[in-house]
Amino acid sequence: MTHAERAAAFVADAERTSWHDQALWFVRAKRDRAADAVPDWEALRSEAAAIKRDALARLPELWERFEMEARKRGAVVHWARDAAEHNAIVHELLREHGVTRVVKSKSMLTEECGLNEHLEAHGIEIVDTDLGERIVQLRREPPSHIVMPAIHLKKAEIGALFAREMGSAPDLDDPTELTRVARRDLRARFLAAGAGITGVNFALAESGGFVVCTNEGNADLGAALPPLHIASVGLEKILPRAADLPVFLRLLARSATGQAITVYTSHYHGPQATDREQHIVIVDNGRSRLLAHPSFWEALACIRCGACLNTCPVYRRSGGHSYGVTVAGPIGSVLAPARNPEKHAGLPHACSLCGSCTDVCPVRIPLHHQLLTWRSELTARGLRSARWRAAASLARFVMERPALFAASGGAARLIGRALPATWLARLAAPWTRGRELPELPRASFRALYAKQRRERGE
Amino acid sequence: MRNVALFVPCYVDQLRPQTGLAALELLEERGFDVAFPREQTCCGQPFLTAGAAPAAARLAERFVRTFVRYDAVVAPSGSCVATLRKHLARLVRSEEARALGERTFELCEFLAAQPRSVSAPARSFPHRVALHASCHALRELRLGTPSETREPPRLDPARELLGNLAGIELVPLARADECCGFGGVFAVEEEAVSCRMALDRLTDQRAARAEVVTSTDSSCLIQLEGVAKRRGIPIKAFHVAEILAGRARA
Repeated sequence: MTHAERAAAFVADAERTSWHDQALWFVRAKRDRAADAVPDWEALRSEAAAIKRDALARLPELWERFEMEARKRGAVVHWARDAAEHNAIVHELLREHGVTRVVKSKSMLTEECGLNEHLEAHGIEIVDTDLGERIVQLRREPPSHIVMPAIHLKKAEIGALFAREMGSAPDLDDPTELTRVARRDLRARFLAAGAGITGVNFALAESGGFVVCTNEGNADLGAALPPLHIASVGLEKILPRAADLPVFLRLLARSATGQAITVYTSHYHGPQATDREQHIVIVDNGRSRLLAHPSFWEALACIRCGACLNTCPVYRRSGGHSYGVTVAGPIGSVLAPARNPEKHAGLPHACSLCGSCTDVCPVRIPLHHQLLTWRSELTARGLRSARWRAAASLARFVMERPALFAASGGAARLIGRALPATWLARLAAPWTRGRELPELPRASFRALYAKQRRERGE
Repeated sequence: MRNVALFVPCYVDQLRPQTGLAALELLEERGFDVAFPREQTCCGQPFLTAGAAPAAARLAERFVRTFVRYDAVVAPSGSCVATLRKHLARLVRSEEARALGERTFELCEFLAAQPRSVSAPARSFPHRVALHASCHALRELRLGTPSETREPPRLDPARELLGNLAGIELVPLARADECCGFGGVFAVEEEAVSCRMALDRLTDQRAARAEVVTSTDSSCLIQLEGVAKRRGIPIKAFHVAEILAGRARA
């Protein structure tokens, strides 16, 4: 199914669409107020953009420094070329340590790699501990949003899910009570886990440490309780200096949820005790290829705040699942075709090019221009139907000939005016499925202009 | 007076001639000697947004050939002007193209920038009007301050010009600059979401008790009017030029 087909199914439920749109618009509005509280928001964005672009320009140097420093602090560093290598490294570590139960905090990278499915196939129980992630895991569906994975669900639906999965009262829909139910269930799993997996928000080259931002403290518990901590980090997540962190911490939570800062901003520098192990898996999975692309490399500056999803008028009215990828919305539509152009050639078209994403992005990724560039790039690779290409060629042929343009425009209006409305509507579908056609004027501007000039005697 | 050319976007030429006439009148009544080069057709934007950059480049070249001899090009469309200013130099790699892009203006932007000595007749429009922000006028041309940014406030020339009309009431909207859902090929490729976006804008405008919706882009208006008519939403759509020129009958 295409994005358009899934989006049409989503929009068909008008009430739910309103609810989804408003839930996310609420977050966007909260973000606006949070940005107001920073005296020079735009300068902060520019600073973040510059730091990220500098870091992306010298990734090898920064990661080598990171590896050296992290080793000094007792961490073990692994390099994974792709998702398969990442999953194999994690699985091997768990096997070596005899671990069969794992807790994992939110990590879009492990979603991207399909880690859960891989470990489950090898008989390892992996439990997502972020509340939203836990909800979608129990529903056996992917997250619909990178920051709020279960934003597509209503309280009552979560109540029903918890009743089924954890035996809570079936009519429970109070968020605090529901959270308590999940917390009780999760606490036992934390205690039983042999390893904790976390993502990484920022890796610091200077110190070999990394920072994980959460609102629930689940990453902290997962990293502290079990003897083995595995952190998976994408190649783009490195910052040169610890001094760069404040710039991003001020932007991340404000852009993401409108909070001044996440509830937990945890710094990890090596294992937490002598009998503990910390492993860091650095994952490429297509990132270095994207880095080489002149138009799209800047997308690697993304800090996964989700602000572009919240502001996107299409995302809000189509839901994250309509994109069919781990990272939905504008940034996802830029990243997905780089990974699999054949499969995701349609995503850059799930966009009205309004440009709101670009203006909201804390690291100034020119998202809507990248989506525009993708369209022609994917066409050039032959990923558009022959019929469509023929139509574009015909239209160009007409537009290059002003007399033909005027004549065919006039003929189309004449025929359009003569046809019965229902015939015309059928001809103009899908425009007319939800809209009326504009009234077709008798004369074009150029005809009226020529007449006016004749009358003036010019 | 400078040598000014009027660019009437292809679909405005064919579907909204009254908008072109209004733009022409507004320029002429300010004393401009306006040329309308007949070789003009399309700026290439529909091809660019549909993913046909080579075709867009051919039309961009044609645009440069047609308009290069004028001191300024004015068009009643924020969207087409945004394409020209942002992409002309990329599509036609020449200094000539870059310079032409920079002297191509959205109509209200051009009118509002004229010195006070260039006066025009005072008109009235005693109606409640929702000014629908054209995404490309706002976020590409920066005519106004996008709600996402915390940039220093910039005057929206369309709002400024409309505000000069006697009796007009520009109503506040809950979402000041959300997209109407037109988006070129998007309107048909993502038909369902596109219509829903328009409906949400119309609902906002009607909640503010607007009788009229206006914009610097006829494409937004064709989209909004199309959904309003289908749904029986009582609102009239006029291009800003029509209202400013006294051609709108609400």
